[in-house]
Amino acid sequence: MRVVLALAVLIFGSTGGEIAITYGMKETGEPARLRPLELLQFLGRAVRNGWFWAGVPLMALSFYSLLILLSWEPISLVIPASALSYVVGTLGAKYILGEQISTARWAGVLLVCAGVALVAAG
Amino acid sequence: MASEKRLRIKTLVMVLAMVVCANAGDLMLKRGMSQIGEVQLTASGIAQAFRLTVTSGTIWVAIFFLSGFMLSYMTVLSWADYSYVMPAGAFGYALLTLLAVVFLHESVSPRRWFGVVLICVGVLLVGQTKPRTTAAASEAVA
Repeated sequence: MRVVLALAVLIFGSTGGEIAITYGMKETGEPARLRPLELLQFLGRAVRNGWFWAGVPLMALSFYSLLILLSWEPISLVIPASALSYVVGTLGAKYILGEQISTARWAGVLLVCAGVALVAAG
Repeated sequence: MASEKRLRIKTLVMVLAMVVCANAGDLMLKRGMSQIGEVQLTASGIAQAFRLTVTSGTIWVAIFFLSGFMLSYMTVLSWADYSYVMPAGAFGYALLTLLAVVFLHESVSPRRWFGVVLICVGVLLVGQTKPRTTAAASEAVA
């Protein structure tokens, strides 16, 4: 039970954090050019965005949950299980960020999810 | 149509930078922490580990690469879909397996190779889709 709970914190923490950061970066707007000065200005704008700072603690929470899980269970179980975050993240992208997930993208996400699980299982 | 192609190239270059920085950073972090040795979970043990990490050149190289990962990740998300970047980034797992075989001469099980193939096909499929399906902030306001 505690493993399922920690796994849920891991998956929803990382996807929730990444979605918040994506939202923040979309609000920040892309740098005009990919040059050092423009990238620094972009970074300066990004760290003043509230959504960015909502995302960081969620990702930290997810990271601690990963560490705790790794102290309970073997890595070959933890990482394949966390590959579910590709599916959860895609659902979040669709329903929270309003991204359009085409059939090709869904197929790709499911293949990646299965592939990461297999690679991590060894 | 030309801008569509430019967007795709720009996105793929940033995803590649993300993957290379993340893998290089993790590798250097692993190497630096192995040099430091097992950390004792006592106040003095943690204090000593802190001193050793902040004076380790390898750890600073790792921090440099991981900062590069964070910056490229944030930058690419400022224009591309999260549902595009996230699966594309999984290419790193496939790359790590190839690096382990070529440089560390690790043996890789058939199951793991099958996983690498699935990731590559999945990333190719996602890579074919439009990198951005939501309106740009400036367009949304206009």
